[in-house]
Amino acid sequence: MKITQKGIAGTLESSDVLITVSPPTDPGIKIELESIVKKQFGNRIIAVVNEVLEGFGIKDVHVTLQDKGALDCTVRARLEAAVYRAAGISQIRWRR
Amino acid sequence: MKLRRTMLYVPGGNAAMVKDAHIYRSDAIMFDLEDSIAVNEKESARLLVFHALRTLSYEGTETVVRINGLDSPYGRDDIKAMVNAGPDIIRLPKTETAQDIQDVEELIRKEEAAAGLEEGSIALMAAIESPLGILNAYQIATASSRLIGIAFGAEDYVTNMKTSRSRAGSEIFYARSALVTAARAAGIYALDTVFSDLNDEEGFVEEVRMAKQLGFDGKSIISPRQIRPVHDVFAPTEAEVEAALRVMRGIAEAKKRNTGVITVDGKMVDKPMVERAERVIEMAKASGQRIPEEELHV
Repeated sequence: MKITQKGIAGTLESSDVLITVSPPTDPGIKIELESIVKKQFGNRIIAVVNEVLEGFGIKDVHVTLQDKGALDCTVRARLEAAVYRAAGISQIRWRR
Repeated sequence: MKLRRTMLYVPGGNAAMVKDAHIYRSDAIMFDLEDSIAVNEKESARLLVFHALRTLSYEGTETVVRINGLDSPYGRDDIKAMVNAGPDIIRLPKTETAQDIQDVEELIRKEEAAAGLEEGSIALMAAIESPLGILNAYQIATASSRLIGIAFGAEDYVTNMKTSRSRAGSEIFYARSALVTAARAAGIYALDTVFSDLNDEEGFVEEVRMAKQLGFDGKSIISPRQIRPVHDVFAPTEAEVEAALRVMRGIAEAKKRNTGVITVDGKMVDKPMVERAERVIEMAKASGQRIPEEELHV
């Protein structure tokens, strides 16, 4: 999947995360995380982001996260929404 | 007996509520993908509810998803996503005909097959919100074996009827009665409409009492504050439980003596009276009231 434009999903409300996915200025994956629980869960959030990007086969992207204490499933949902928007894809493939 | 006294409305795009709504212990939580979600956030809310349902435990609280209607561009995608997410129930809004139910049923069946799920794994519920829907209530209620209940939505209904809601509710009395009658005739659950003035607690309790008296199983609610009053109204009183137990003891005694007709509290006990007594005891048990073990085996 190719990131062609900026895609944003989520909110800055408690238990949510605002994620911006953009085409990178340099090749590779760049992740910027700002989180109220960065010390405790920062590594876990980055791992979830990498896992989702890998699932999409995305190798070049710039992801910024403003986290307000989102659960893994919320990070996953918001990142997927941002990626679909950034790739200009409206048909989601639902998988169990 | 499954309790469906309270179905708490949760906007499907609100991460905090999607995560936490079950902690208030309503009987069901209903994630909304319809009216509370802006058109440009439909897929984002769908993804949030999808991942939450696949990941989180709602600790026994029944999970319901209100999808968009099939006459919108979102209903079919909602069904695809939700069959794969696995809520207990999919709730269809603005149901007007039996065909509406059959169309949704067919889409769910196809998605279940595509996902390798057992057919019938997800139950269906319908909200009836228009005069046409009310006139077709029984056909709707009997349109699918997957349908476990029908709910009344008064806001759209009163708009279609060219009136508005009043505290007494005379403008929706016929619709409520028709809906609950259809549900009872079909042997499924009936849920009453929401009460949106959170500051009018007295009016809310009055409305819940009326809904219970009409025969409804419960109410769609919009705030955790409304859970306790509904559960209190639906819990049988001590006197009701005691009267029900006297009926059951009377039957046990009659069986022992091999007599046919019996009387309890001066009234002849007939089949409807026994059914009501059994329901009161089931409701009491389900509401957490303690019934002595020996009383359950009369």
